[in-house]
Amino acid sequence: MSLLSLFVLIPLLMLLGLWMAQGMKQIRAVMVTGASLLLGLSFVVLGGYLSERAAGNTAEMLFMADTMWFAPLNIHYAVGVDGISVAMLILSSLIVFTGVFASWKMDPMPKEFFLWFCLLSVGVFGFFISIDLFTMFMFYEVALIPMYLLIGVWGTGKKEYAAMKLTLMLMGGSALLLVGILGIYFHSAPEGGTYTMNILEIAQNQMPIGAQRLFFPLTFVGFGVLGALFPFHTWSPDGHASAPTSVSMLHAGVLMKLGGYGCFRVAIFLMPEAAQELSWIFLLLTGISVVYGAFSACVQTDLKYINAYSSVSHCGLVLFAILMLNQTAMTGAVMQMLSHGLMTALFFALIGMIYGRTHTRDIREMGGLMKIMPFLGVGYVIAGLASLGLPGLSGFVAEMTVFVGSFQHDDTFHRVLTIVATTSIVITAVYILRVVGKLLYGSVVNQNHLALTDATWFERVAVVVLIAAIVAIGVAPLWISNMIGGSLAPVVEQLLK
Amino acid sequence: MDYTNFLLMRDELSLVAVMVLLLLYDLFGSARSLRHFQLVACLLFGLHTLICLFPHRPVEAFGGMYIYKPMLTIVKSILNVGTLLVFMQAHTWLESERTVIRRGEFYFLTLSTLLGMYFMMSAGNFLLFFIGLETASIPMATLAAFDKYKRKSAEAGAKYILSAVFASALSLYGISLIYGTTGTLYFDDVAVRITGNPLQIMAFVFFLVGMCFKISIVPFHLWTADVYEGAPTNVTAYLSVISKGSAVFVLMTILYKVFGNIVMQWQGILYGLVIVTITVANLFAIRQKNLKRFLAFSSISQAGYILLGVISGNALGMTSLVFYVLVYMVSNLGAFGVISVIEQRTGKVMMDDYNGLYKTNPYLSLVMMFSLFSLAGIPPFAGFFSKFFIFAAAASEGYYILVLIALLNTILSLYYYLLVVKAMFINPSEQPIAPFRSDNYTRVSLVACMAGVFLLGILSVVYQQISLFSFGM
Repeated sequence: MSLLSLFVLIPLLMLLGLWMAQGMKQIRAVMVTGASLLLGLSFVVLGGYLSERAAGNTAEMLFMADTMWFAPLNIHYAVGVDGISVAMLILSSLIVFTGVFASWKMDPMPKEFFLWFCLLSVGVFGFFISIDLFTMFMFYEVALIPMYLLIGVWGTGKKEYAAMKLTLMLMGGSALLLVGILGIYFHSAPEGGTYTMNILEIAQNQMPIGAQRLFFPLTFVGFGVLGALFPFHTWSPDGHASAPTSVSMLHAGVLMKLGGYGCFRVAIFLMPEAAQELSWIFLLLTGISVVYGAFSACVQTDLKYINAYSSVSHCGLVLFAILMLNQTAMTGAVMQMLSHGLMTALFFALIGMIYGRTHTRDIREMGGLMKIMPFLGVGYVIAGLASLGLPGLSGFVAEMTVFVGSFQHDDTFHRVLTIVATTSIVITAVYILRVVGKLLYGSVVNQNHLALTDATWFERVAVVVLIAAIVAIGVAPLWISNMIGGSLAPVVEQLLK
Repeated sequence: MDYTNFLLMRDELSLVAVMVLLLLYDLFGSARSLRHFQLVACLLFGLHTLICLFPHRPVEAFGGMYIYKPMLTIVKSILNVGTLLVFMQAHTWLESERTVIRRGEFYFLTLSTLLGMYFMMSAGNFLLFFIGLETASIPMATLAAFDKYKRKSAEAGAKYILSAVFASALSLYGISLIYGTTGTLYFDDVAVRITGNPLQIMAFVFFLVGMCFKISIVPFHLWTADVYEGAPTNVTAYLSVISKGSAVFVLMTILYKVFGNIVMQWQGILYGLVIVTITVANLFAIRQKNLKRFLAFSSISQAGYILLGVISGNALGMTSLVFYVLVYMVSNLGAFGVISVIEQRTGKVMMDDYNGLYKTNPYLSLVMMFSLFSLAGIPPFAGFFSKFFIFAAAASEGYYILVLIALLNTILSLYYYLLVVKAMFINPSEQPIAPFRSDNYTRVSLVACMAGVFLLGILSVVYQQISLFSFGM
């Protein structure tokens, strides 16, 4: 039993515990215990990873475990982590942990809600630890389907429409992805060799260039749908806006990162030559995502829509940076995944808390909330500042690295695109400050709001943990960017070959 | 004549024994003892299933007329288990007032069709194949019309017999042309003498069309929805799973074994059929409100996916196909079990009737949802694995575009499967189906189906076992 398999086993045990739990108290006990264990485990893995590296272990993946699963097709259950997966595991466990606190008073059917929530986390964790394409794809799909019921049953607004749209679009993405994976599999070995699903082996064998040209776009778009690649991002605003708080957090915070991580780990790592050739098409699309998402956020009035479009813009930046195909930009991409995951989760948590009190998310109907609920107000300002890239918070570090890396290309195409993408920083400032000004400061619009209370203790736990993480990355980014950068070396090597 | 030849047909003999015993019991059993008829029938058939579970050495009997290969044990066992599940689900229906006196007939007729399928699969000659085909279809029409006091059921019987006869005639015409061009009906000899001349291609097309009727491949599917809707639900379940599964398997073996020389031609034909079948069936399924019709179209599209395994024409395809049929069986029987028990208790079969089902009957809703997810190919349910393998089989021969079209179709199918899930879990209802306790037979069968849906995929041993045998074909 490897250490990493615990990431899948713990949520599964939580499912079992929930099944037997009676009453809200026991459900919460199961969830808090499980989520804390996951959080602890991710830090154990981080510590183990760093000390292994410090001791000079230069293997590409650590904590590897490998069991034969379907022998006729040479499919394994294979796990292993590098610096990037470790970062993603920490992000996921932080958000699962805070998500539990953010949905403390879940109603109705709390048991079912958390069952699906746990299944979703099985998929998420399983995806980040897998190094076998089949296992990876399976966990990817496991993470998608619970969304339908989570949004459809517990969501708000036009939830049924949003749930169906999200599920079908993401399934469409995974349809393309599956063709890509099969294509990779049947070109994973030279003529006469044994085909393999193991990512490391495929990378070593080097796929033929013709197959790469065919399957790179399929794989990239397949994962890109989940990473809100323009024009396949339309599920995201509706889905996020309709989902219940903790699901929005997990979805925007972690699930969208599955897209970026997959693009990087599968599409670019396994098909580097096609990535070099075709990156310009996707750079244009992601460039549009970045700027268009930011502009769209400026005109929205629903808090969740604002944040959802801001996610489109920020996740677009992740893909944008990955496609720059150099070490600095890619390090920035992973930092951006971390940073965006944390701050968007914080945003959605706060929006959920505010909505739970005011019962509206329309910024025109709210104002002066800072006086009424100072704790939530301050949290919102911090999240906003992180989002617009204030130094000292995580957003600055990430975006800085991304743009420095992107500008390292000395041709006009890349430079112009980078300049266009940087404008998103300014636009982000516009919509963030607009919301902060309108929502928190100014005069109280609705007199009934004066009677509202500030955050409860469990809400404070969620907010404080997320803010602490954002500040930690912002203040001490070097160790984490070193960890990521070190793991990127093999990918960059692949690209230069 | 060497009578020891009969002893080689172990599975068929055991099935005939079960049939005769049940018939005699039904005729001569006292009224008191007949109360246990259902139990005895299930136990006897369970015993038969156990006997058939063990493969024996490959044999040829009656001069190559009858052929046994270990692979058949797997397929027959799959069909046996499916039939047993159908029998258990049929409990409520068979105990109902109007059916109870005829339950002996139900078993006899169902087992006759099963016997026909056995012969069809074990045939080494077109003649035995055709006898099997007819034995499998004619009692089926009687079964479809079993609730003869219902107009729709009688209509279903008539529709089934007409289309079945028509299909058989087409197949027979194809077979006669094959005989005309090759001078033999033995599979092995025909295989060598098929050269691909136009007359033989025509013969093949006629034969294929007849089989496509049985499997309900578009455009030969028009009888399916009406028959599925009209027939008693348990018969529909049997028709959609066992009958279809056996026909697909036979089609595959004949295509591989007999028409191996014209593989290019039939791959081309199947290519078109797969696309049309999956797409048309999915588009029609979206609009269905009656759950039996809904599952009829769903099963047509599933047949299209099954053909993906045939088209690859290699061992991977064969393994994946048998595995797919197995998974399709447990998933579909899970769904039909729920529909059947709800129909028996409340008489409701429309999708709107299922609104709010989760509030009143949570377990049945969960069984239904898991079965539908498995049919849609969502992990961790077995359907995901079977779909993946069948796509892998098609991709292994380079049919990437076909796989892509089929995959895009899974989105359509997911949409309509989710409509049912939505009805049960999300839609509010003023008059939901009242809570009830289902009988023990149904429960056992549903638990078995769920065990299959959850474990068949994750436990790789099943797939590996099938793969072990399929390389011998």
